[in-house]
Amino acid sequence: MNFTLKIWRQENAKAKGRFKTYKVENISPDCSFLEMLDILNQQLIEDKIELPVDPIAFDHDCREGICGMCSLYINGRPHGPEQGTTVCQLHMRKFKDGDTITIEPWRAKAFPVIKDLMVDRSAFDKIIQEGGYISVSTGGVPDANAIPIPKEDADLAMDAAACIGCGACVAACKNASAMLFVAAKVSQFALLPQGKVEAEKRALAMVAKMDELGFGSCTNTYACEAECPKNISVENIARLNREYLKAKVKKADRKREGGGFG
Amino acid sequence: MSQTLLKISSISKKVFMSLAGLFLIIFLVVHLSINLFILPITENHQEIFKQAVEFMTTFPLIKVMEVVLFGAFILHIILGVVLQIENWMARPVGYAVSTKSKTDSPFSRFSIHTGVIIFIFLVIHFMNFYFVKLGWVDPPAGDMPVADKHDFYNMALNVFNNPVYSVLYIVLILGLGFHLHHAFQAAFQSLGLNHPKYTPWIKGIGLIYSIVITIGFISIPLYFLIN
Repeated sequence: MNFTLKIWRQENAKAKGRFKTYKVENISPDCSFLEMLDILNQQLIEDKIELPVDPIAFDHDCREGICGMCSLYINGRPHGPEQGTTVCQLHMRKFKDGDTITIEPWRAKAFPVIKDLMVDRSAFDKIIQEGGYISVSTGGVPDANAIPIPKEDADLAMDAAACIGCGACVAACKNASAMLFVAAKVSQFALLPQGKVEAEKRALAMVAKMDELGFGSCTNTYACEAECPKNISVENIARLNREYLKAKVKKADRKREGGGFG
Repeated sequence: MSQTLLKISSISKKVFMSLAGLFLIIFLVVHLSINLFILPITENHQEIFKQAVEFMTTFPLIKVMEVVLFGAFILHIILGVVLQIENWMARPVGYAVSTKSKTDSPFSRFSIHTGVIIFIFLVIHFMNFYFVKLGWVDPPAGDMPVADKHDFYNMALNVFNNPVYSVLYIVLILGLGFHLHHAFQAAFQSLGLNHPKYTPWIKGIGLIYSIVITIGFISIPLYFLIN
């Protein structure tokens, strides 16, 4: 298969980027999208199409659809045309021979471009650092099933925990909102007894960080859900709203009683 | 004030927006049910309309609700604009190509735009009616003699007898319908009310509500355009 690729090239965070057009030929339909980019980069290096040789920078790691590193905005959709998949799991047979494919980096104020198609997603790490964990003392491994959890809650928590933090929700949202990500991270703990202990503090702190980092707000367009490679549901966003409101009310209560918080 | 507003979290802003919006949704039902009596739906429709107007302009509780209503409008508009500006700022560099997602509907994408249409409508509406009631502007001119500043029946007739106004009214109300279709279910989602069983019902009721409100309000200028 032959393709014309329009790829965003940007030397560094400060440089002004632009689209450059490349041609790739004889690509196998079973080739993954990232392998196709590998082939193009090999060509750039071997054939010295451009001088100085500068392969296209793009994020990738496991190539199994579970790490959340790949982050390409392909033909106007994060992770490309196929639903519920990451770019690494996208194959060239999903495109037509001779197609022109436009590849852009995620676009958000909170995700600045590092180089070409790579963006800095440490904003997500900063949100997690605010409470996306459970404080436990180290020690022996606790007994399995020591704390009984209803099947339904466990399932919902697992659905939320499927989030790989790739940032497709932010990329897809017209407001570059991180609500689906934060909602998934808050939900996976809020649903379980172990996570409920710190639920209030977590919801307040993670939302405050999300706002501070310059992500937009949710206008209920639900593009995030449609583009999420892990099919995280917007029901989690409603849960985040509930958790946040609950925490706000409880915090106000504690203030009145003169108690501290967190 | 903008400093204080920026400090409120995005979720809190949305909660206030949806509460104000839900109040406005109820207000529209009251407003439409009175307006419909401009049309000859009963023999004494004119009487009923005038009685309703008298009740709405004199009853003390309604006076209080009027303040709440203005508060809801102002809160909804200010928060809507602040959130929109923040959202535009969240993506300083846009995409070269963007394809619509499966769930993406024009109703949700254009909330701010339909909001601006409703704001334009409000300004025209106030010039024609509310400011007249306050005695700030003259009642709309036309064939019908307007007895006093509470004679909304004849004022409405004067306004709707102007075909240009009637057509404009229809267009602007369509904007309102668009806004409501998204807003109804979005308000529940923002309040955290999403349930696998009830959300489809909320969406259905929202669709019916926005259609009824749109057709209801449009039927009045349409009647005048046809006759």
